[in-house]
Amino acid sequence: MRNIFTICGKELKSYFTSSIAYLLMALFGLIFGFFFYSATAYFVQAGLQQQLQGQQQPMSINDYVIAPLLGNASVVGLFLIPLISMRLFAEEKRTGTIELLMTSPIRDWEIILGKWLGAMTMYLCILAVSAVDVGLLFAWGQPDWRPILTGYLGLILQGGTVLAIGTFISTLTKNQIIAGAATFSVCLLLWVLSWVSSYNDAPWAAAVAYCSILTHFEPFSKGIIDTKDVVFYLSAIFLGLFLTSQSLESMRWRA
Amino acid sequence: MIKVEGLTKRYARHVAVKNISFEVDKGEIVGFLGKNGAGKTTTMRVLTCFLPPTSGKATVAGFDVLEQSLDVRKHIGYLPETPPLYPEMEVSTYLTFVAKLKGIASADIPRRVAEVCERTAIVGVKNTIIGKLSKGYRQRVGIAQAIIHNPPVLILDEPTSGLDPEQQREARQLIASLSGDHTIILSTHILSEVEQSCSKVIIINNGEIVVSDSVANLHNRRRASESVLVEVSGAAAPAVKQCLEKVAGVARVVSRDSRDGAEGEQVSAFEVHGLQNYSVRPELARAVVQAGWNLTELRAVGESLEEIFLELTRSEEKAPVGDGKENDGKDGKDKEENPVTQ
Repeated sequence: MRNIFTICGKELKSYFTSSIAYLLMALFGLIFGFFFYSATAYFVQAGLQQQLQGQQQPMSINDYVIAPLLGNASVVGLFLIPLISMRLFAEEKRTGTIELLMTSPIRDWEIILGKWLGAMTMYLCILAVSAVDVGLLFAWGQPDWRPILTGYLGLILQGGTVLAIGTFISTLTKNQIIAGAATFSVCLLLWVLSWVSSYNDAPWAAAVAYCSILTHFEPFSKGIIDTKDVVFYLSAIFLGLFLTSQSLESMRWRA
Repeated sequence: MIKVEGLTKRYARHVAVKNISFEVDKGEIVGFLGKNGAGKTTTMRVLTCFLPPTSGKATVAGFDVLEQSLDVRKHIGYLPETPPLYPEMEVSTYLTFVAKLKGIASADIPRRVAEVCERTAIVGVKNTIIGKLSKGYRQRVGIAQAIIHNPPVLILDEPTSGLDPEQQREARQLIASLSGDHTIILSTHILSEVEQSCSKVIIINNGEIVVSDSVANLHNRRRASESVLVEVSGAAAPAVKQCLEKVAGVARVVSRDSRDGAEGEQVSAFEVHGLQNYSVRPELARAVVQAGWNLTELRAVGESLEEIFLELTRSEEKAPVGDGKENDGKDGKDKEENPVTQ
């Protein structure tokens, strides 16, 4: 346990001592802020029109602002997360520090879990920036907090999945850029896999679409926690980390 | 302390280390000598559990590198060829991190960090970012991280490579100062380094051990017979050769290149090998002078460690040892891909 925290702490420290942590948080804050502004501005405009038309039923802030906002955040995540995960192992391989880690009395899975948790914490810090915007909603409105909570849970699970894939890809190269680009491509592909189901209803298409990370996110943003989605994300995280450990092991044998 | 039996490490296309065996006793400093790509780094990586052996057995402090890998790692301090440093960290932060990795109790960490900083003379740069340190200091931080958990065995891969002569001397002194508490294996291709700091030498070539002996024995080997380079001007080469061969104690004379001297006279050089326990130099000088020739050079080329080394590794190359050539090429590639090959 201590070893995992040691690695995790080291990763976090290196995100924050290099400027990448602040850069990612600022970028996310900017993009999320823009989405937030657009969604609320639209909401206010539409709400005003409805009132003018004399409709009594107030528009739901959850449906019109929060759900699309969380959906956008999950897409932004796909772009930003490869930037978090790309250096995890690639950098250690390039500088040779992997030799220090792998010859220290610490197990491979402790290294992997520590690194993944460090990256997760970094991702949480980035997500936390969006709390400012969401907080504004609570200050001036009465949104339902449950879909927000499940939405964030969905974001965390989805982020964990992408990070696990990214961690694995990062072990395959010593070039951060390659690791980042490959992770991004894989994630983009996993995102658009769901399109298959829109033009093909064969069983294989359903299976392919099922692998899309985004389809599993949608229920979360609507306030629904479906076990099958949670299981999907958790098994994807496990698979990613398992592949990472296999990759490290094979690195020892092939070296 | 370290025991290697029939160790073989095969990569995808070539064999880096072929069936080597050696033993290192407690407190010894062993110099691992060989050309680039001879298999030094591979052997060290197996001992430090970075790479598993293809076949054979290696134990460190009684633990098997495959079966009890974590125990082995606890007992080893390792300085890879490139010190494994995080350039963005401060020296003290880095050492604290390594101390945690090596499993030192949290309460002891500040004390240990202070101790190794003192020991490796890096107290002054404790709060400097590693990326800003000079190469010599980085190497010291590298040694500091290797000894932080006070391991009984230290494995240092080319600890002085890339340092300037002054830094090399300092690094050597530092290593020598560590010798009391640790069993040390250090690899190098600098022979004087082995002579200065090691008690035992293992010369490895093309993945095989050529010599495994104490430094003293190697020195004896070189003292046993003397080789002298004689350069004479003012005479025809065959005549000089004949004359030299008659000198007492001379085993054989080998003609070296002849050339024309500054004033047009012929200068010829010979390598004279003496018999065992004979000092032939005074006699050679006297013989040349008595014959009325000019003695322009007389110097012992006698087998220095350097020559023993070159001779041993050269003769190995000539022998038709399997994929020797291929081996060199591939290991060269390994070097280039260092620190970590994929």
